Amino acid sequence: MKQTFAIGIGGAAGQGVATPGDIFAKIFSRRGLNLNAYNAYQSIIRGGHTFLTIRTGPEKVTNMGDRIDLFIPLNQDSMDRHLKLLSSGAACLYNADTIRPGPAADGVQFCPLPVSELADITRNKVAQNTIAIGAGLHMMGIGFPALEDVLQEQFKKKGAAVVTENMSVARAGYDYAAAHFTDFPNPLPKTENRYAILSGNIAMAMGGAAAGVKFYCAYPMSPSTGVLHWMAAHARKAGIMVRQVEDEIGVVNMAIGAAHAGIRSMCATSGGGFALMSEGLGMSAMMETPVVVINCQRAGPSTGVPTKTEQGDLWQMLGAAFGDYPRVIAAPLDIGDCFTLIPEIFNIADRFQCPGLVLCDLLLSEGRLSVHPRDLDFTPPIDRGELITTNNGAPSSVPTNGSYKRYKITESGVSPRAVPGVPGHIHTAATDEHMEDGVLISDEFTNPIKRREMMEKRMRKVAGIEAAVPPPVLCGPRDAEVTLIGWGSTKGVIEEACEILTEQGIPSNQLQIRWLVPLHGDAILEILKASRHTILVENNYSGQFARYLRSETSFVPDGHIRKYDGEPFMPHHIVEAVKEQLAGKTKLSVPMHEIMV
Amino acid sequence: MATTAPRSSQLTLADLKGKVDPDWCPGCGDFGVLSAIEKALVELQIPNHNVVAISGIGCSSNLPGFINTYGMHTLHGRALAVAAGLKLANHELTVLVTGGDGDGFGIGGNHFVHSMRRNVDLTYIVMDNQIYGLTTGQTSPTSRIGMKTKSMPFGNIEAPVNPISLALAAGATFVARGYSADQKHLTELIKRGIEHKGFSFLDVFSPCVTYNHDNTYQWYRPRVKKLEDDPSYDPSVWITAMEKSLLWGEEIPIGRFFERTDVPSLHASEPVLNEGPLVHQDPRVPPEVARTFIEELM
Repeated sequence: MKQTFAIGIGGAAGQGVATPGDIFAKIFSRRGLNLNAYNAYQSIIRGGHTFLTIRTGPEKVTNMGDRIDLFIPLNQDSMDRHLKLLSSGAACLYNADTIRPGPAADGVQFCPLPVSELADITRNKVAQNTIAIGAGLHMMGIGFPALEDVLQEQFKKKGAAVVTENMSVARAGYDYAAAHFTDFPNPLPKTENRYAILSGNIAMAMGGAAAGVKFYCAYPMSPSTGVLHWMAAHARKAGIMVRQVEDEIGVVNMAIGAAHAGIRSMCATSGGGFALMSEGLGMSAMMETPVVVINCQRAGPSTGVPTKTEQGDLWQMLGAAFGDYPRVIAAPLDIGDCFTLIPEIFNIADRFQCPGLVLCDLLLSEGRLSVHPRDLDFTPPIDRGELITTNNGAPSSVPTNGSYKRYKITESGVSPRAVPGVPGHIHTAATDEHMEDGVLISDEFTNPIKRREMMEKRMRKVAGIEAAVPPPVLCGPRDAEVTLIGWGSTKGVIEEACEILTEQGIPSNQLQIRWLVPLHGDAILEILKASRHTILVENNYSGQFARYLRSETSFVPDGHIRKYDGEPFMPHHIVEAVKEQLAGKTKLSVPMHEIMV
Repeated sequence: MATTAPRSSQLTLADLKGKVDPDWCPGCGDFGVLSAIEKALVELQIPNHNVVAISGIGCSSNLPGFINTYGMHTLHGRALAVAAGLKLANHELTVLVTGGDGDGFGIGGNHFVHSMRRNVDLTYIVMDNQIYGLTTGQTSPTSRIGMKTKSMPFGNIEAPVNPISLALAAGATFVARGYSADQKHLTELIKRGIEHKGFSFLDVFSPCVTYNHDNTYQWYRPRVKKLEDDPSYDPSVWITAMEKSLLWGEEIPIGRFFERTDVPSLHASEPVLNEGPLVHQDPRVPPEVARTFIEELM
């Protein structure tokens, strides 16, 4: 088993759960530790209940894990809800003035903090949080100077007095723990590595900047809004035009308009906004103007559960906009991949002049992961495809004296794309069906032969896209007893479930799908046909990927593990479900989520 | 205006002739609008490769196919959103947006209002015929109360939108009304609209000879009165423009209702464009800037 350590911090929104979370995250990452954080919260600005899990360790931490080692409830509600999650060896740090513990498992250490004795709580309303941070760090075997640096940064905007105040309060907690609590047996290790900590939304925004996106627009919608926030904050430095638009219909149309002028253009939304965008995707396909649209899925249908995760929009993406047209759909596998995928999908969208769709979800969009800076490459290959532009008024290719055909029929289906402003290449791009020169064949006369030719021209691009995208690969031993199939964000948790199962004597491997369209059905079928027992894991009710896989390959897995309660999978959910399925108890497992928020 | 490429030769009306002839019904008001646009471009001598005509869907939205400039024939109601994106990506282009009253004030109403408050530098020409033509004659947002159509056979009971008042209220910086049958006047309005730095809105009466038997040439001719004929009318005063916009009946004003030049257009307010149009900028983030993006996460 990997060595990891997880902290759970629970409280009401507005009580300051995020600040201790940020402080712990910074300290861990500066010790050269990896981390993964997930915040379970609700659509409320003040009140309610949130529960932040930060898991750290010297090796890659791919998910929130199963175990809480240190629990810091900031109010009674959190204590009552989550104390039962702790098992032997765990500790609970709490404000003894206001919170009463309840029944706990054997071997759980209670660490009551006499907050009003350690700090002047009339002056410092969040003293309990700072004291708990200090105490927690001591118990993890981390020296106080690490905290000093971070507090300095965290509070420097508020002035020297606030820094000193927080420093002394944290010190009081640190010293109190030294005198009264038992430290964790293994102090947190240190490595020479240094990581960046980022959310999937930041990763996708930065990935856009790295891909050369010059135009980004959006309408705020959870959980995609973080992309807009990063873009807006960094727009001037990165040279990106960022606009907030009146609705998602406007968003996608504005993005396509900008793309049509010849720049890379991107937008992000969640399922509801994506629904409004779908007509625009058809326009992108018909005009052959590439655009990249990100859908950060949340629990649906309709307004659904805006702050919860789900993989429920696959069929919406597959069927978005009427008519047949080539499209690319990819689901990032983790937060690092949220960065890497964007330049890749732009290259494909540009080369094949079609919409590129990114299917992310709240788990990645709002989760946090440590990523090595070398994996955030701002010089990825940029392939704009067959694009004819001007450079300050001079045509980049010879004017064609009226012979230019924007939708020229080619073997690849891709026609060289001139952008407005280039002399000698004047044409109209239309959403109506058109001939090679752009003239409509939908109104005054329709022409079945031309229509067929144009349809086939566009659809020929599918073969090229398929060749440009790699097929998925099997991870783990070929002859494993169980093959777990997943797509997108479940990569990390399935990976850990495979490790646990293998350790427990059930060798397991994993097939994780990143490119949903094109799917490479033949390659998938070849892998799965050779597998002994296949189980498909996905975060939705109806098995959306299972149905898609069957429609593309006729393959039906032996079993399914599904979750649609709004929360992500934890490794033990999958491990236990695999065991019950191997025992023949069921073919469909729906694990119960234990953390109630 | 948008004239970065050297002019090798004079632009003529013949240069603007599209690949196909208009398929509008004989007598349609849209012919007059197309003709006035062409004359305006020739008079302003804007190279046709630097002009983009963008439309939605409908009879009048077929216009980009009939003029030899770059064109985008987009989705029903979405022309303004597409045009805003294109203009912001390359503000050296002259962007004309053309369409009908259903396209602009019905399905596209939201984009109409927001394009005006943003003052995007577009010239928006609505061929207003108070009817849905391409769908064979239904009530439009500008159809009068009582008008009988296929969708309201017993007469329209909904009040029409007043595009001029709406534009003034939404903060448009150039608001005008033209009449398709008055070529000279309309051409001048379009020229001024193109030259205006900001959003220019032109609502143009463009009679539908097939489906609208109420608002015909015969109906308009005695009613339209040019604001320009009144030397005391000052189009820089918003409140009198609003008052004039409410006139409807025996006398219907046409001409330039309002223009203000003190509001910068959207692209002129955006520091990201200080180095020129986005299309000419380096897409790569400079390495030292990229480094700061990563460092702030560490």
